Amino acid sequence: MILEQLIDIFLLVFLAIISIAVLRIRDLFTAVMLFGIYSLTSASLFMVLDAADVGFTEAAVGAGISTILMLATISMTGREEKPLKKKGTMLPLAIVVITGATLVYGIMDLPPFGEPDNPVHTHVAPRYIEQSPQEIDVPNFVTAVLASYRGYDTLGEVVVIFTAGVGVMLLIGRRRKRKEGISNE
Amino acid sequence: MSGLGVWNYVIIIFLMMIGLYMVMSSSNLVKKLIGLNVFQTSVFFLYISFGYIEGATGPVMQEGASLYSNPLPHVLILTAIVVGVATTAVGLALSVRIKESFGTIEEDELHTMDSSL
Repeated sequence: MILEQLIDIFLLVFLAIISIAVLRIRDLFTAVMLFGIYSLTSASLFMVLDAADVGFTEAAVGAGISTILMLATISMTGREEKPLKKKGTMLPLAIVVITGATLVYGIMDLPPFGEPDNPVHTHVAPRYIEQSPQEIDVPNFVTAVLASYRGYDTLGEVVVIFTAGVGVMLLIGRRRKRKEGISNE
Repeated sequence: MSGLGVWNYVIIIFLMMIGLYMVMSSSNLVKKLIGLNVFQTSVFFLYISFGYIEGATGPVMQEGASLYSNPLPHVLILTAIVVGVATTAVGLALSVRIKESFGTIEEDELHTMDSSL
């Protein structure tokens, strides 16, 4: 079981290296492709942490759809990023270091990683695991919770996706009509 | 807390801070959105680490298994991944519109244009 944690740490270090590469690279095409690798590596990290459904979703939606959307965007907006100015980087760096130090101080009080009697596992999760085979009759607990116990969450998610779709259509769809109108005049 | 587990959380916070730095320091809007995604993914790692139990099986019912990892964080993060892509799509659409109207998606150039108007 120590092996699982070693793979977990290894993949996280890998993700850290990829994110530093994304941060430093000026070519947006390379950055987007590296971000695709980042998403795929995070999908395998989710698999290591026993979250198969999350891994599938991240591989399909995160590594697939996000990368395609970003590639489509940089095809329209250009693939070169301007180099960073020296003057503007000190304040963000200071903020990041202070926030990071505070958060690292905060995690020292977290319950131990991977213990079965952590507070998070003692409240509703045992009920989902014990009762859902009788109540919902779906072998996958994640599906049972997603579609039934927390069905309103999923409904809210669908509303958010619908709103985002309408937003994207209003932002990009209207442009074509206006251009056609100009060419007709 | 000690051992390997603490490194799990430390690296997650490192990733989070890289995402935050990318959002604050990059002037390109697409790069900012990539940074936002890096930040978001690190929050997902944090939640999934909370749900992980050492030696447990994944949350699918099996014969003979008694210890399952917590399904609740998985459900929350499934929803969050899909919502995250939806918001990224809106952000990218906004940057396409900004490119059309202003001819650039570099933030400092946009600021100079905005103040010269």
